[in-house]
Amino acid sequence: MEKFTRLDGVAAPLMRANVDTDAIIPSREMKQVSKTGLSGGLFANWRYADVATRQEDPGFVLNRPSYRGASILVAGSNFGCGSSREHAVWALHEYGVRCVIAPSFGAIFQGNCVRNGILPVALPEDQVQALAALVEAAPGVRLSIDLEAQTITAPGAAAISFGIADGDREMLLEGLDMIGVTLKRQAQIDVFETGYRQARPWRRLDLSGADAAKLERALPL
Amino acid sequence: MGKTIVEKIWSQHLVADLADGASLIYVDRVLLHERTGSIALKSLAETGRPVRSPGQALVCMDHIVDTFVNRSDDTAMPGGKAFIQQTREAAAQANIRVLDIDDPSQGIVHVVSPELGLAQPGLTIVCPDSHTCTQGGVGALAWGIGSTDGEHALATQTLAIRRPRMMRVTFDGVLGAGVTAKDMILHLIGEHTASGGAGYAVEFAGSAVQALSIEGRLTLCNMAVEFAAWTGICPPDEKTLAYVRGRPLAPEGALWDQAAADWLALRSDPDAVYDKEIAIDAAQIAPTITWGTSPQHAVAITGAVPDPAAFADPRQRAGAEAALTYMDLEPGVPLIGLPIQSAFIGSCTNGRLSDLRDAAAVLRGRRVAPGVRAIVVPGSMRVRAAAEAEGLDKVFLDAGFEWRKSGCSMCFFSGGEHFAEKERVVTSTNRNFENRQGPGVRSHLASPATVAASAVAGRLADVRALGA
Ligand code: SF4
Repeated sequence: MEKFTRLDGVAAPLMRANVDTDAIIPSREMKQVSKTGLSGGLFANWRYADVATRQEDPGFVLNRPSYRGASILVAGSNFGCGSSREHAVWALHEYGVRCVIAPSFGAIFQGNCVRNGILPVALPEDQVQALAALVEAAPGVRLSIDLEAQTITAPGAAAISFGIADGDREMLLEGLDMIGVTLKRQAQIDVFETGYRQARPWRRLDLSGADAAKLERALPL
Repeated sequence: MGKTIVEKIWSQHLVADLADGASLIYVDRVLLHERTGSIALKSLAETGRPVRSPGQALVCMDHIVDTFVNRSDDTAMPGGKAFIQQTREAAAQANIRVLDIDDPSQGIVHVVSPELGLAQPGLTIVCPDSHTCTQGGVGALAWGIGSTDGEHALATQTLAIRRPRMMRVTFDGVLGAGVTAKDMILHLIGEHTASGGAGYAVEFAGSAVQALSIEGRLTLCNMAVEFAAWTGICPPDEKTLAYVRGRPLAPEGALWDQAAADWLALRSDPDAVYDKEIAIDAAQIAPTITWGTSPQHAVAITGAVPDPAAFADPRQRAGAEAALTYMDLEPGVPLIGLPIQSAFIGSCTNGRLSDLRDAAAVLRGRRVAPGVRAIVVPGSMRVRAAAEAEGLDKVFLDAGFEWRKSGCSMCFFSGGEHFAEKERVVTSTNRNFENRQGPGVRSHLASPATVAASAVAGRLADVRALGA
């Protein structure tokens, strides 16, 4: 995975609360079993006056010349709530977004960001509002984000510190592939599983083998 | 200090403590569907990593498949056929069982899993689908994940996660006539917002939760994610045991006795500590319906569309204004009487047998209002068969409903079948987001009984006024 250390980019304000992943990437824009080819569908229902012809709605923030291609979103609370679709993060990434700053995030979305090299920064509501006011007042203004120092800096303003879980920070800084990391613990998982299956044997399941035929059984009345 | 049920299940599954307070948690079951599971399976295959325990996984074809009676791999969704076929192939390659289109057990993953006894108290269950929390209704610890974590769970049978904070929501008292689990959860989100549960595992407790059927508890937990909770759970009790017993994948014989004793011990200790508590008087809950585009835009059916000016928070006010524009509603308009064009009963929220019975009780001897399109989509083919065995299909068909095969159907729009543009729909689903059920479609979330009563009236209606 791509590493995240520092970012200097245009920030766009998108301060609606509860922006859900259906809005970030509408279901019908997920046309193939693929993690790519999604950026055209990003925010499709807001970005286009006519979704079918892709005729843009000039009023949508990312269509305004100074915010076009922004790499940072300053967003409202509970950003990325709703459907678990990781396509929301893949679409943002493909569009060029590398950081989302919001008072809070949908939990699955936040985890998906970290797994795909996008930094989710949760800040207190008043700080997010102040940042939004700043990027609204000076369209096209660039923010500097430093994950090592855990700071966000706007021109002419004091740096804002942010917190992030150590594990998430490390994954982003190192560009870690979590599956690879966990697979190194294979032996530990094996040992755990053996003890676990002895302690609670009814939890074993083999739908590809011994238990397959059970799926044909009738339901209790 | 006592432990909550979530803490107990957590410690049973703890493989390792990781840096930063995160835990490596053993995963008992991985569920997949053709919408998001397809990409997880494909991506895993591309990296050459094997699935660790294919027998602990199951694929359900539910999201993209049509629900027409004569369905096939061809679906109304453009490109949908490729999702279905690629999922089938990838599952076969990985040796994972598929409940395919023509399987008598096919259905919506979160309906099928408890129904087959795959979900059991104390299990950890994950699925790349946000409504996995539904399965907390049987006392499982079940949560939605992204596709990358889906790959992680398939490859390692574990997930690295941080322990959520604990919240208990207590519903004490007796629900009024015509009030259901759906109204309880809409009421909670309406009062405490769509982000009120962020960061929490929510335990549902209290006499009104104990009085619910297991199917009602599944409905309650289904919308925990709409409350932004990490998951929801109802501690297992004798009712849970009675529900699981005898299901196709339930433990049997001596294992059943061991399991049953273990499950009853999973309840939270009396001195368990919660980071947050919410108490709700169940008797005060009315049939509840949404007016806007977030599940938190919920009020009693006897209420009116609120005035955005009444919201103190400027962002909430802006959200309410945008919602009223989208929904084509004016402040102060009573919800009862609002004309509808369509009615939908189904989904992982309210597509189980008890939901169909609730709706049929309202519809028996009545007809859908002229001009209203009404559809019922059973949550699984087993639900469909059970409903037909007791004649519910006749009730729906006589009332003027379409009677479908099982799937997610018009719960969500992915380019295929949908309600007509800008139509007003009363729906038993869980998301009233913009365009969720089709371009411009205006969705009002409600219980199956309220949907049925409204379909008959041709307008949003109070089921209590029908005397059902
Ligand atoms: S029924 Fe709707 S909410 Fe449930 S899994 Fe299917 S699409 Fe998702």
